[in-house]
Amino acid sequence: MAHQEQDWKDQIKRIANGVRRRVLEFTLRNGGGYLSQACSSAEILSTLYGKIMNLGPSISPRIPLPFAGVPSKNNKDYFTGAGYNGPKEPHLDRFFLSPVHYALVLYAVLVETDRMAPEGLEMFNKDGSSVEMIGADHSPGHELMSGSLGQTLSQVLGIALARKRKGETGKNWVMMSDGEFMIGQTWEAVETLSFYALDSVCVFIDANGQSADGKIETVNQIEPLKSRLESFGAVAVEIDGHNIEQIVEAANVQHVGKPLFVIARTRPYCGIDILEKRAPKFHYVRISNEQEKQELENFLRQRFGGAEK
Amino acid sequence: MKIETRVHERNLVRWASDKPEVLVFSADLTNSTEIGLFKETYPDRFYSFGMTEQNMMSAAGGMAREGFTPFVHTFAVFMYRRALDQIEMSIAYPNLRVRILGFLPGITTPGGASHQAINDVGILRTVPNMTILETGDATEVESVLDVAHSVDGPVYIRQLRGQIPRLFKEPMKLGKCRVLSEGTDLVLLTSGIMTEEALKITGAIRKRGVSIEHLHISTHKPFHDERVIEALSKTKYGVITMENHTILGGLGSEVAELMAENAIGKRLIRIGLQDTYAHGGSKEYLMRYYCLDAMNLVKAVENLLGEELDITEADLIEPELEEIEKSVKPEDL
Repeated sequence: MAHQEQDWKDQIKRIANGVRRRVLEFTLRNGGGYLSQACSSAEILSTLYGKIMNLGPSISPRIPLPFAGVPSKNNKDYFTGAGYNGPKEPHLDRFFLSPVHYALVLYAVLVETDRMAPEGLEMFNKDGSSVEMIGADHSPGHELMSGSLGQTLSQVLGIALARKRKGETGKNWVMMSDGEFMIGQTWEAVETLSFYALDSVCVFIDANGQSADGKIETVNQIEPLKSRLESFGAVAVEIDGHNIEQIVEAANVQHVGKPLFVIARTRPYCGIDILEKRAPKFHYVRISNEQEKQELENFLRQRFGGAEK
Repeated sequence: MKIETRVHERNLVRWASDKPEVLVFSADLTNSTEIGLFKETYPDRFYSFGMTEQNMMSAAGGMAREGFTPFVHTFAVFMYRRALDQIEMSIAYPNLRVRILGFLPGITTPGGASHQAINDVGILRTVPNMTILETGDATEVESVLDVAHSVDGPVYIRQLRGQIPRLFKEPMKLGKCRVLSEGTDLVLLTSGIMTEEALKITGAIRKRGVSIEHLHISTHKPFHDERVIEALSKTKYGVITMENHTILGGLGSEVAELMAENAIGKRLIRIGLQDTYAHGGSKEYLMRYYCLDAMNLVKAVENLLGEELDITEADLIEPELEEIEKSVKPEDL
């Protein structure tokens, strides 16, 4: 039993490590990228996919299809990326990524959990590809149009109300960023989830304290997040977002008749500590000179044994 | 002309009785948008969202993704203005079956600029995948639900409430105008409440020897009815549009685009709000103050013909259904 305990934790750590390595590789290759998002959310997403969520195996092509047009009544080729999270079944969970600037992190998770081929990552941000930089509905692992931040939770509210009408038992997991709690619509969604007592909705917040302009506390006031969420009628727990045991425990917190919000406090440089000196600018890690590049390449070699290929 | 009250309220309950997939969303304006009876009749299919329009629009998208058809009700301004991004990204982009019922079009409310939807058609016409319908009488308020239901994508309905005349017998048809009179001197295109307003005076204009092709428009998008193009092509003096909307982006613009694309080089006079917000007041007062009323139609006709018609307010009549129907071939209705 103790052995099995250790097995799943090792597995999650392996996934999280792989996510950081793949995103770092990409950042190096592109001269910049959403690297801090990988650092802060690697454990959250890895634990959701590796341990917490009850998803079926991927039903989408291992190598993502090219962009097939936006939805319209004439587009019969349209698809979403939801199939990478398994089939839609009444008893199965669903996953929704809200801050789709994290798309590269999610793609890396899909590769590490064997839902997408590594070749899929090679298509990242290439013209004509569905593996877009800011994830869209057709991007692997995505289902909704979430790039305009703050709309996902309300869309999931609608999905959860619909699933309740249909008597479905699967949960609806959402990953949000703390920056989205600046947005009025987020709070409209929380109060309405509470009004409808929707305990099928569970939200992990990557509370890395960062938004596009820098530290959130210099941009606007979102704290105290836990008591704000509780006062809106949710169950809220606060954890160390890099501690996978705490992540699993938080997902199992009782929240009958209320939505669950897990405030996962994270560090935007966790696991790639040489990024720390970039504070307070983490939103997009730009590699602007040879020295920065060398430094990250050395780190990649020492920490992860170099690029995979 | 028969005036009816709270037509949508009764009709929606009847219409939805055999459609369990139809759900009604409300944003704290339940009785103001005539869905109180629906709430009483089908409490399980009624969802209150309070004043969270952005949240409500996104949630409607979520519901539609799971196979339900939300009929979202509130004042139009609170949807196309406050929640446009949500309408676009959560509903229109994914081409979902959400029906957006926007109440208080144009100057139909004394609520002033904050409540008057004067540019809803113009704004939503630029939204891909969106179908736009407008009702002009009780028959259309009823039959618009069937038209919307036939569309596999989002539909915006510019809906009327309260006291509404019954002008037409035949149900609304998607993308088809109603031919209210035929003539070759000029084409008059009217939508929504402006049709009733125009009908107060078109008889008097005809009596002065002017032949008018009067078309009632209820589908703003898509807008490529062959019957409209034909009328625009054959008219002698020009075209007049009358809309309860700013002249930018709505019916006047639709007609202008159609004329330009079909190389129809005729004059066009657009009656509507002249690029201005309105203020609070009665419908009659506002129609006169903002030059939307029947007497302004007379001026527009005189302008096109280049002659005075000697028509006064004494010539205004209350439109009669019979009069409308008798001048029109049955298949055109």
